[in-house]
Amino acid sequence: MLRIRNLKCYYGRIRAINGVSLSVKPREMVALIGANGAGKSTLLQTICGLLPGWEGDMRYEKEPLSGLRPPEIVRRGISLVPEGRLLFPPMSVLDNLKLGAYLRYRRREQAAINGDLEHVLDLFPVLRERARQPAGTLSGGEQQMLAIGRALMARPRLLLLDEPSMGLAPFLVKLILDILVQLKDDGMTILLVEQNARAALQVADRGYVLENGHIVLDGPADELLADQDVKRAYLGKDYREFYDGRA
Amino acid sequence: MRNILFAVAILLAGLGISSPYHFQLLTFIGIHTLLALGLNMLMGYAGQISLGHAAFYGIGAYTTAILTAHFNWSPWLALPAALFLAVLIAFLVALPMLKLSGYYLGMGTLGFGMITYVLIREWSGFTGGDSGLVGIPPLEIGPVSLSSGRACFYVVWGTVVLGFIVCERLVNSRVGRALRAIHDSEQAACAMGINTAQLKISVFMLSAFLAALAGFLYAHLVSFISPNTFDFLTSIRIVTMVVIGGMASIWGSLLGATLITLLPEWLHIFSDYEMVVYGLVLMVIMIFLPQGLTRGLLDIYERSKRRAGVPSTTAKG
Ligand SMILES: Nc1ncnc2c1ncn2[C@@H]1O[C@H](COP(=O)(O)OP(=O)(O)O)[C@@H](O)[C@H]1O
Ligand SMILES: [Mg+2]
Repeated sequence: MLRIRNLKCYYGRIRAINGVSLSVKPREMVALIGANGAGKSTLLQTICGLLPGWEGDMRYEKEPLSGLRPPEIVRRGISLVPEGRLLFPPMSVLDNLKLGAYLRYRRREQAAINGDLEHVLDLFPVLRERARQPAGTLSGGEQQMLAIGRALMARPRLLLLDEPSMGLAPFLVKLILDILVQLKDDGMTILLVEQNARAALQVADRGYVLENGHIVLDGPADELLADQDVKRAYLGKDYREFYDGRA
Repeated sequence: MRNILFAVAILLAGLGISSPYHFQLLTFIGIHTLLALGLNMLMGYAGQISLGHAAFYGIGAYTTAILTAHFNWSPWLALPAALFLAVLIAFLVALPMLKLSGYYLGMGTLGFGMITYVLIREWSGFTGGDSGLVGIPPLEIGPVSLSSGRACFYVVWGTVVLGFIVCERLVNSRVGRALRAIHDSEQAACAMGINTAQLKISVFMLSAFLAALAGFLYAHLVSFISPNTFDFLTSIRIVTMVVIGGMASIWGSLLGATLITLLPEWLHIFSDYEMVVYGLVLMVIMIFLPQGLTRGLLDIYERSKRRAGVPSTTAKG
């Protein structure tokens, strides 16, 4: 569905992504893990057309993505849930959701949009309760749900998420990831970027490990979870528990 | 609904007033409201500052003045020409400028305003330079000349009502949501697939359109224009109207324009200290009602209702 070959991304003259190759198959959930500054956000923003300075080959559904601007990419079915949510705080929850469907209003899909709005509010009932509240007054977990709901309003076929677990309590992380699994079961393709490697690999089918703009490891999620290097570098203090449990 | 009430109020005011002074004052308030409305769309909704808005006001006024006074065009033919020219120039200015943001956009538009002002002054063969341009014909509909105080009043305020209706519809549409989105986070707006550059240019052109319309009305109602009406201070005054009245509030434009137009009239009694008091009034408003008059007055109203024990519909329990 998404195939990236030898991608290089630049901020001015600084190269932040150094020849990354990666692919996501239809109805697959792929986790991209890596430490702070590895280039994960850069990669997602490049896929969405938000960072135009890149080289290499990116194809979505066999069509090259080069030269496309974000509106065209969103229209083709790729939506981003940005890092830090980036909601529109003074606007109501409903207005935030409607903005997610911005490109569809021109195409007279009013009825379909209202249907999708209901669908998103069913998926996140708490958003229905808060529908008229400004987005800025929501709690962290609710804001993340709103950010995901807003991305879904564009009817994506490929959903990109940038650290959706950031700053959330463990039970909320689980709730969000459960929703992603549910979306995947309903046919969504997902590329999930996380620093919370354990949580991400537990729900993903496959994973890639990004370090300093390179992919250093990739494979099925359960193999990565068991990999010694991954454990040492990304599963943090849990590694000891893991190790102790086996010894 | 509100617009219908507004139109009725204007109709009644026009019938009830007889003093030429009051008509003139109200006509200027209306012209300033158009200016503030346009800038509010740009500043309040899209979050882009312009410190050179008087330039478009001037372009509208001088285009129609030159075409009618020098070339004997009918004002109704000069109107589309003036609007088109202002919108075209706005497009050309916006193209490189809206890549700038914040202070830089302020400096850029400031420069544009200065250049336009100097051009108007120096191009005296057409514009009359510092001594101004006289003999601009009044507007006419068929045989009826719209030169009386009452006619001017109705023409201007009719235009204001139209402007309000159009802007209100725009603000509540998907485009209005997108404008506010740009204001909140341009990055997030981009991620939604909003073409932020195109939208910013369009709203800049809309605000230039309204300013040029105000300039057209001003030129024909006053029949004499000079460069000072379109100088840097006017640009600042329009910004002040928007900020004082309330950003992102259509009715705030009306409130701000009213206050900024009336304030100097009221402050004449302070003679030499007029400007000092003027500044103080603005400071006090900004300190106590930082959201502008509209939001501030609404908040005070809400609070007094709550204190009186009447349950308020929007108060959080
Ligand atoms: N706007 C920017 N300008 C210059 N360098 C940047 C910019 N954004 C990120 N970088 C650099 O690119 C690298 C990757 O950043 P990022 O993609 O945000 O990493 P991650 O999301 O994995 O934490 C970092 O070294 C960072 O310093
Ligand atoms: Mg990041």
